[in-house]
Amino acid sequence: MSTAVALPAPVVEMIGVRRFFPGPPEVQAINGIDLTIGQGEYLSIVGPSGSGKSTLLHLLGLLDNPTGGVYRLDGVDTMSLRERRRAVLRGERIGFVFQSFHLLDHRTVLENVALSMVYVGVPRRQRMARARVALERVGLSHRMEFAPTTLSGGERQRVAIARALVAEPSLLLADEPTGNLDSANAEAILQVFDELHSEGMTLAVITHDDHVSRRAQRQVRIVDGTLQW
Amino acid sequence: MVTQAGPPDPTGGPSTSRRRRRLRSRPAVRDLLDEALAGVAARPTRLILTTLGTVLGVAALVGTVGLGQTAAGQITQRFDLAAATRVVVQPDDKGGQEGEAATQLPWDAPERIKRLNGVDAVGTVSKLEIGDDLVENVTGLDGGAGKALQVMAGSSGLWDAVRAVLKTGRFFDDGHDQRADKVVVLGKHAAERLGINRVDSQPAVFIGDEPYTVIGILDSVTGRADLNDAVIMPNGTAKEAYNLEAPDAVEIRTAVGAAQLIAEQAPIAIEPNNPSTLTVDAPPKQGAVRKGVESDLNALFLLLGAVALLVGGLGIANVTLLSVLERISEIGLRRALGAARRHIAVQFLVESVIVGFLGGLLGTAVGVILTVGVSWVRDWTPILDNRLAFGSPLLGAFIGLVAGTYPAWKASAIQPITALRGT
Repeated sequence: MSTAVALPAPVVEMIGVRRFFPGPPEVQAINGIDLTIGQGEYLSIVGPSGSGKSTLLHLLGLLDNPTGGVYRLDGVDTMSLRERRRAVLRGERIGFVFQSFHLLDHRTVLENVALSMVYVGVPRRQRMARARVALERVGLSHRMEFAPTTLSGGERQRVAIARALVAEPSLLLADEPTGNLDSANAEAILQVFDELHSEGMTLAVITHDDHVSRRAQRQVRIVDGTLQW
Repeated sequence: MVTQAGPPDPTGGPSTSRRRRRLRSRPAVRDLLDEALAGVAARPTRLILTTLGTVLGVAALVGTVGLGQTAAGQITQRFDLAAATRVVVQPDDKGGQEGEAATQLPWDAPERIKRLNGVDAVGTVSKLEIGDDLVENVTGLDGGAGKALQVMAGSSGLWDAVRAVLKTGRFFDDGHDQRADKVVVLGKHAAERLGINRVDSQPAVFIGDEPYTVIGILDSVTGRADLNDAVIMPNGTAKEAYNLEAPDAVEIRTAVGAAQLIAEQAPIAIEPNNPSTLTVDAPPKQGAVRKGVESDLNALFLLLGAVALLVGGLGIANVTLLSVLERISEIGLRRALGAARRHIAVQFLVESVIVGFLGGLLGTAVGVILTVGVSWVRDWTPILDNRLAFGSPLLGAFIGLVAGTYPAWKASAIQPITALRGT
C-alpha cells in the first residue's frame, strides 16, 4: 500500500474552503473545509444527499469557485486563476467520472475517449493511439468503434474511466460512479479503481454508498457542509 | 502506459510523472472545426430542417436577381433591336385639301433633322411609281422573264438609319446621288429572285429598258422590311428617271431614350410653319413602362427574399438555441474536459456558420436551377452575375454567423455544474 500520505506536496490542499450560495434561501453549502489528498491516495467522501458533497466535488474539480478559503491543486493556487487558466488546469490535471457517464452518443467509443485530449492540446496523431491503449486498459478493446448507446452501463462507465485516464490527470474525481450500475457492474468498476490505486493513481470517490466508500484507503464523511473524520 | 507510471515513489514527490506537461494549452483550430462538423453531422434530419429557411431565402434571392437580370437582358435586347430608337416622319395622307398634295417632305429634311440633338442617323425613303416596268437580270440567268419588283429610292443616309447590313458590295453614297448614277442596291429577297449573289463582276439589271449596275446586296435591315424585297436607287437617279418629286418618308435612328424627344421636334424642324401636317411614328413608351414594372417586381421579390432570409436566420438561431439546451450535458462535459468558454462559443458558432453555408449553397443551386429553368421555358438567355452565384453561399454563412452569435454566447455562459447535474 501507498505511503503517499507523507509526501511533501499533496495533490489537493484545501484550507478553510467555503461555498456560499446567495439566496433566497441562502445556503452555506460548504462551511470551512480543510482537506488534503496526497499523491497516490484513494479517498472516499461519503455523505447523505444535501450534505454538500456534490458542491465539494465541483470545487475539487474546478467546476465551481469557492467563496472563501484556499485551494491548491498540485501546488497551484487556484483561487487567483482566471477562468481560462482554470479550464486548462481542469483539463490537464483532473479526470472526471460521472454517475451518468456523459458520453457523446453520436461519436464512437474511441472518439469519446480521444475527446478528452482535444482541449489540452495533445497532437492529433497521438490521440487515437493513446485512446486505444486506455480502452485496452479498461478491457474494452473489442468495443472501440461501437456507439456508446449500444454498450451496457458497466461498459459505458469503463469508457468514461478510460476517457478520464487518457489525458494522464493528477486526480481522478468520481461522482457516484456506481450509482447507475447493478452490483456486478459496480464491483467491476470498483476493481478498476483498486487497480488504478495500486498503480499510483490519486482517486477521490464521492458516494452515499458505504459499500463503495469502504473500498477506499481513507474515508471522510461530510455532514452539513463540514468534514468529519 | 496510460495511468501514472509505476508504483508511488516516496522520494520523487509530485515532481515526476505529472510534471512533464509539454502540452499546448489550447486545441488547434482544426480540432474545433472537427468538433463542430461532427456536431452538425450527428443530426442530419435536423440539419436539413434547419437549413430549410436559409435555402428558401437564398433561393428566392438568387432566383429573383437571376430572373430579374435575365428579364432585364431580354428587355434590353428587345429595346435596342426593336424600333425603340426608330422615328419615322411622313406627310399626313388625309390632311390634303381638295385633292391637292397637302404637304411634301422637303429634300433637305435629313439635313434639318440631323441638327437635332439625339439623332444618330437619318435618311429618306420613297417608293417609285414605275408603271409597267419590270426588273430583269441583264444576263438572263434568272430565267429571262422580268419581275414585278418594288423599286425604291433613298438618300445615302438611309442605310445607317435603318441599320442596313450588306451581304456584299457597297451602299450608294452622296456622289452617286448627285451624279444620278444608274446604280442600285438590291434587297436580300430581290437579289434572290433576280439570281444575283455577287457584285464583283458588276452585274446589271434592267428596270424597264434602262440598265442599272448592281453595286451592293443587302443582308438585313431593321424596321423597313420592305427594303428586303426592293431594288433601291439613289434619290438623284430616281428624280431623273422617274421624276420623284419628294421623299415619302424620313427614317430617323435616335440615340437610346431620345426617340420621344425627337418625335416631338422632328415635324417642327422639317415644317416649321405647319408641323401638324406631318405624322410621326415613334415607339410607344412601353419599354420604359415595362422596365419600371420589372424593377418594382424585383424590389418586391428582393423584399420577399430578404424576409425569407430573416426567417431562415431566425430558424437557425432558434434551432441552435434548442440544440444548446439539448446538448447542455455535452457542454458541461467539454468544460470538464478543459474547454474554455470561448471554445464552446466557437464550436456552436462554427456549427451555425456551417449550417448557414450549406443552406446558402443549396439555396444558390435552387436559385440557379430556377433561373435557368424559367429561361429555358420562356426561351430566354439566362443571365446570372457570377458575384451573386459565388457570394450567396457566403451570405448564407454570414447569416449563420449572425444567427449563431446569441446561442453561442448562451452556450458559453452555461455553468459546467449546471450542465453536469442530474440525468
